[in-house]
Amino acid sequence: MAILLQFAVGLVFGFGLLLSGMSDPAKVLNFLDLGGIVSGSWDPSLAFVMAGAVAASFVGFRLVLRRSQPLFAERFHLPTKRELDSRIVAGPAIFGVGWGLAGFCPGPALTALGFGSRAAFIFVAAVLAGMWLARFLSHLPSLSRMATPVDPLET
Amino acid sequence: MTVTSFTPIASAVGGALIGLSAVMLMALTGRIAGVSGIAARLLPPYEDDQLAGRLAFVAGLVAAPVLTLAVAGQLPAQTIEAGTMTLVLAGLLVGFGSVWGNGCTSGHGVCGLSRLSLRALVATITFMTTGFATVFIARHWS
Repeated sequence: MAILLQFAVGLVFGFGLLLSGMSDPAKVLNFLDLGGIVSGSWDPSLAFVMAGAVAASFVGFRLVLRRSQPLFAERFHLPTKRELDSRIVAGPAIFGVGWGLAGFCPGPALTALGFGSRAAFIFVAAVLAGMWLARFLSHLPSLSRMATPVDPLET
Repeated sequence: MTVTSFTPIASAVGGALIGLSAVMLMALTGRIAGVSGIAARLLPPYEDDQLAGRLAFVAGLVAAPVLTLAVAGQLPAQTIEAGTMTLVLAGLLVGFGSVWGNGCTSGHGVCGLSRLSLRALVATITFMTTGFATVFIARHWS
């Protein structure tokens, strides 16, 4: 049951990406192209995606987190890390360059697999390779002495 | 460059669906709907027993356009202009950066911001800035 519901959650996320236009890299790149404000090609839609998503989750999280526990787990697994380290800047800085090069971030790229496009498969394979490399480096003893997240993947 | 039209209502409603999905995942599993975190944990080493649920979530993401095509008979526009080399480089950077910085547009940009997390705010401002800069250089410095 929990598995079926998580499929439905992914489906709703995917429909949101499709309806919002986030699944179209051209739309994402036209948002990221601030030079387009001058030339008239800027597409501010992505700001509305962010606003809609943050508004819905801002209200929804508050309602859900009033409960003592989730439906299918014994507790809520919320990120506990608070301090700002170099990784919270370096990681997103690298991520943003990749995002700006292709117009894909992980969610829309996975949804693009369902379009059957060859480009999406190439991109997702590269994403997984990059993720594997980052996890590998995170677990190297020399690096984990420098920065030791309890869980290197925690948001 | 492909011209796209401004779609404030569809984008805001689609965004709200993304937010709703994040709320549903929190209500069901108590976890953050960060797509990069979910995707990265599809790879070994496995640190918990949530693999099946993560696979189901990703299957849902992939199934969304398949179902849309089956029901509506057409898919929304999707134009991928990047060539193979750019896709590989961009994918490596997106994958590496999202794990190194503990999140992507969904984990930091949606879930983190709505939880008023300072780390997520720093991350979101950073990837927006380098995203803007990258597109500016790619489109206007050549």
